[in-house]
Amino acid sequence: MTYFEFLNEHGITLLLGTVTTVKVLVCSMILYVIISMIFGLMRLSKNPVIQGTATIYIEFFRGTSLLVQLFWAYYVLPFFGISLEAFTAGVVALGLNFGAYGAEIVRAGILAVPKGQWEAAYSLNFTAAKRIKRIIIPQIFPIILPPAANLTVELLKATALVALVTVVDLTFEAKQINSITWLSAQCFGTALLIYYIMARFALVPFLRWLEVLAARKIGKEKV
Amino acid sequence: MEMGWRWDFTYEILPQMAIATLNTILAAGVGYAIALIVGLFFLLAQRTPSKIFNWVNRELVEFIRSTPLLIQLFFVYFVLPQFGITLSAWVCGMITIGLHFGTYMSEVYRGALEGVSKTQWEACRALNFSTIYTYRRIVLPQAFPIAIPGMGNYLVGIFKDTPLLSTIGVAELFHAATAVGGYNYRYLEPYTLVGIIFLTLSIPAAMWVRKLERDVNISQGKIKK
Repeated sequence: MTYFEFLNEHGITLLLGTVTTVKVLVCSMILYVIISMIFGLMRLSKNPVIQGTATIYIEFFRGTSLLVQLFWAYYVLPFFGISLEAFTAGVVALGLNFGAYGAEIVRAGILAVPKGQWEAAYSLNFTAAKRIKRIIIPQIFPIILPPAANLTVELLKATALVALVTVVDLTFEAKQINSITWLSAQCFGTALLIYYIMARFALVPFLRWLEVLAARKIGKEKV
Repeated sequence: MEMGWRWDFTYEILPQMAIATLNTILAAGVGYAIALIVGLFFLLAQRTPSKIFNWVNRELVEFIRSTPLLIQLFFVYFVLPQFGITLSAWVCGMITIGLHFGTYMSEVYRGALEGVSKTQWEACRALNFSTIYTYRRIVLPQAFPIAIPGMGNYLVGIFKDTPLLSTIGVAELFHAATAVGGYNYRYLEPYTLVGIIFLTLSIPAAMWVRKLERDVNISQGKIKK
């Protein structure tokens, strides 16, 4: 069977799997951005309870393997009466895991804002909430976006793991086709190519565009 | 089925899990050693005089870095036999992890070398040191502390990615947990134990890397005690 015939027969299946992969990626991306914002700020709180909670969360999710967390969410949570659908379990595990890494990026970004900005906000008598919301947060984006872009590419790669908890994504379809046809080189090779194209020609340009946008927003033209 | 945590079951499976943990540590160690060496080769391949070769190498690194380790594992494990090369799951796993993280490691090395100030090179040129001498006595001792955090992070990273090896049948910790769980129809204890074992190993490892980073910086005189 030539490669063209292979694509003709199984291309649609792989594309459908790709759509699911994109769905998983988008959902877990939204979740992880929200989580990292919240926990990044909590990590800098002066209240020891809030800061401690954030630290435990971050150390826990960075200390264990993503695959273990996924299986835990899918196979163990039902023991406690919480049955999640495979898709939901996958998105939640990905979001929580990457949120922990993202929180550290946000924390480092906030600490990297020049101290003069805090002092200026103090002297203008801004409230604490306004200080964070109007002065600090807008300035962290140019700092945190480059490392966050790396993390997001890692997230795209990590979405492959949801196939192992029966989400029918690109990896799952590739495995399925492999077990029917045994054309391993074709199906896994195509899957690798699709992931590569998604990362290199869609996700990375999008993230670069965000970086330029963020730099322009605070008046620092990025070339 | 009985709900809640069962301690008797936990004690029953604990010896099995302990042995599997040794396998996981072994896999991470061997994978890391291969990655360190492979990274060196990728680094050297980026610095050849041939522009085409450098470009091919860079694209290859980019390709390996932006595709999932899981599918790379499947690819190596299922495709190589079609070309008459039959390797055991262990060997396939180690090769794939070594290649995958070798690309990351080459970036760490490159960043460290570029982190050494250019004036150091110029000073060595002015003092008429040979290239080898410059690398050995001037550049590498300064690049090493820059590389340590990255190298340490990927050691922990490889350790946390070893559960993927269970998908091609390497008998490491996660594989053992799945087997035990499937046999007894209880996943609560095995998977939770895996999580706890990972935490107890990776948090001290991460703390050790942080301490190492500090120690090297102190001995280089970059920060004070």
